[in-house]
Amino acid sequence: MLLPAFNNAILSELNDGAIFELAGVRMAFSTDSYTVDPIFFPGGNIGELAVYGTVNDLAMCGAAPKYLSAALIIEEGFPVEQLETIIAAMGQAAEIAGVTVVTGDTKVVPKGMADKIFINTSGIGVIPDGVDVASHKARPGDRVILSGTLADHGVSVLARREGLSFETSVQSDTAPLNHMVRAMFAAGRGVHVLRDPTRGGLGTALNEIAEASSVGVRIREDRIPVKPAVAGLCELLGYDPLYLANEGKLIAFVAPDDAEAVLQAVRADRFGRDAVVIGEAVAGPPGKVFMDTRIGGTRIVDMLAGEQLPRIC
Amino acid sequence: MAIKHSEEYRDADLARPLAEKIRRTSRRSIRLMEVCGTHTVSIFRSGIRSMLPTTVSLLSGPGCPVCVTDQAEIDAFIELARQKDVILATFGDLMRVPGSTSSLQRERAEGRDIRMVYSTVDALTIARTHPGQQVVFLGVGFETTAPTIAAAILTAAQSRLENFSVISAHKTVPQALEALMALDGVHIDGFMLPGHVSVIIGLNAYRPFFDRYRIPCVVAGFEPSDILQAIASMVEQIESGAPRLENAYPRAVTSQGNLKAQKILAEVFEPADACWRGIGLIPLSGLRIRQAYAVYDAGKRFALKLPEARPPKGCACGEILTGKKTPPEPECALYKKVCTPMDPVGPCMVSSEGTCAAYYRYYYEQRTTRND
Repeated sequence: MLLPAFNNAILSELNDGAIFELAGVRMAFSTDSYTVDPIFFPGGNIGELAVYGTVNDLAMCGAAPKYLSAALIIEEGFPVEQLETIIAAMGQAAEIAGVTVVTGDTKVVPKGMADKIFINTSGIGVIPDGVDVASHKARPGDRVILSGTLADHGVSVLARREGLSFETSVQSDTAPLNHMVRAMFAAGRGVHVLRDPTRGGLGTALNEIAEASSVGVRIREDRIPVKPAVAGLCELLGYDPLYLANEGKLIAFVAPDDAEAVLQAVRADRFGRDAVVIGEAVAGPPGKVFMDTRIGGTRIVDMLAGEQLPRIC
Repeated sequence: MAIKHSEEYRDADLARPLAEKIRRTSRRSIRLMEVCGTHTVSIFRSGIRSMLPTTVSLLSGPGCPVCVTDQAEIDAFIELARQKDVILATFGDLMRVPGSTSSLQRERAEGRDIRMVYSTVDALTIARTHPGQQVVFLGVGFETTAPTIAAAILTAAQSRLENFSVISAHKTVPQALEALMALDGVHIDGFMLPGHVSVIIGLNAYRPFFDRYRIPCVVAGFEPSDILQAIASMVEQIESGAPRLENAYPRAVTSQGNLKAQKILAEVFEPADACWRGIGLIPLSGLRIRQAYAVYDAGKRFALKLPEARPPKGCACGEILTGKKTPPEPECALYKKVCTPMDPVGPCMVSSEGTCAAYYRYYYEQRTTRND
């Protein structure tokens, strides 16, 4: 919707953030607004999500995130203690990610004009020399690395959402990925694509990459790590973990010669211990993602269309 | 642990030999119908179609509760939502099913109080906490969920919860099998019978149907190897000319079924004629609330005036539910063109277990991607 109005070459790249050169330095710039329901979920709250979300968008551009802005829109009557908790979480998240929040704004709107709290963060980061990642750079033969278990965030939010009274031990995976990304670049030059599979999940992210790069993608179901509690809840409600959100995971397309070294770099990061190679890019059919199933069959992994709704039986 | 259990049955070591057996033994071209939507999704997700020989065709049957709900019933739900001081409680996947002129989702956006619940317990809680309003639960589903809804009515009766009622659009599976066999243009060589429904009604409930038609009927579990086992058995029965009524899900299904659930079901409901989308009226294939519990029958509590239902133009859901058609072109002209999960025309595209939604997500000329 924004594309025609703001028509320009940088925006039309449609990356997680904008990539451009300023005063001889390649930079990434990204913005995102956070409106999560519920605002507190197992393993985190909207505050750290807003910081890590923008940090990760920048990291997926290959950038080292530096400075963030934070703008809060608060509904009148929102409890002060909760606001303090959220802001403290943002401060701590910034520290863990190694970024500085350098400008901010708060607005209070009348009751009913916003749902509790909305947070916007924007951030800028510097892209190191020699780093060049983008969705269209996957090549046949690239290995697909997934940095850990799937769908933890999606299930933790789902489990806490009003009306769904499941007790679950699943915590959101919300985490910064910039340190991991730096280590990956240090381990090998063959990192072609980085993507954090947030909304729409792994299935959607792989489809977008396959399409942008005009390659096929083939993944193996038995390689994809899913926590038992996550698999259980998905089974019960008829959700597919391939399409649920992650907030602290990345997928990388890496040249085969560098794949092992990059994988080890991911695993050395505290948020990447369960990383695995889940498949590879293939010549075709372009734009399509296939999965070899656990039982030895094959099926397509398509874009998610429409929201997933819990089933009747 | 439950998950370990399910992974066990998903194991390649079990599945591969079964698929090989099917490829080895299948000679005749056959059409097998999986009645249950959960089977449909499991078949697509595990890639079973890619492992089968071209002689074996799988058809998806009328086993997604949302999909078989008649247009007039959907219209009644919407009309109920529009009644004064009514809170409608419903399972999630009914929300987006288009009625003749609207959907529950659209009604909610326009301010009607419609709440997604995950069990009837939630609906009872809403009734208790909103004594000034009428809470109506949309009773849609098969024998699997119907006992829990019967139990909710019993609970409401015991606790004199007067602002709770149910509109019953429940359907029963064995009667639908009979109706399918009698339809013109439908050819089915064997039925994979639903696991969850059979847990409740038991294997014996299919005996009259089997005795009449003598085609393979196999109750199957939901893991890929359960499904392959059932297919292998049906292929073997057809090739040997010795059809059976078989329980291939003995870890959950018994001959008698769940007697306690059956008792609750029979206490509250009685068989009644029901309209199925795509099939029409099937005698005694529905569940009506008995006279003794009539005060909990929303159909009686509210006087609904409904104009004649108008099924969506060009929608092939009816033919798809009965195995006469499959969704991809040229059989359905709307599929993927104007009917998508984002903007569904018919119910089979709405539910995650609907045949069209399963095709939309998982179908891609599967035969061309075989491993062997």
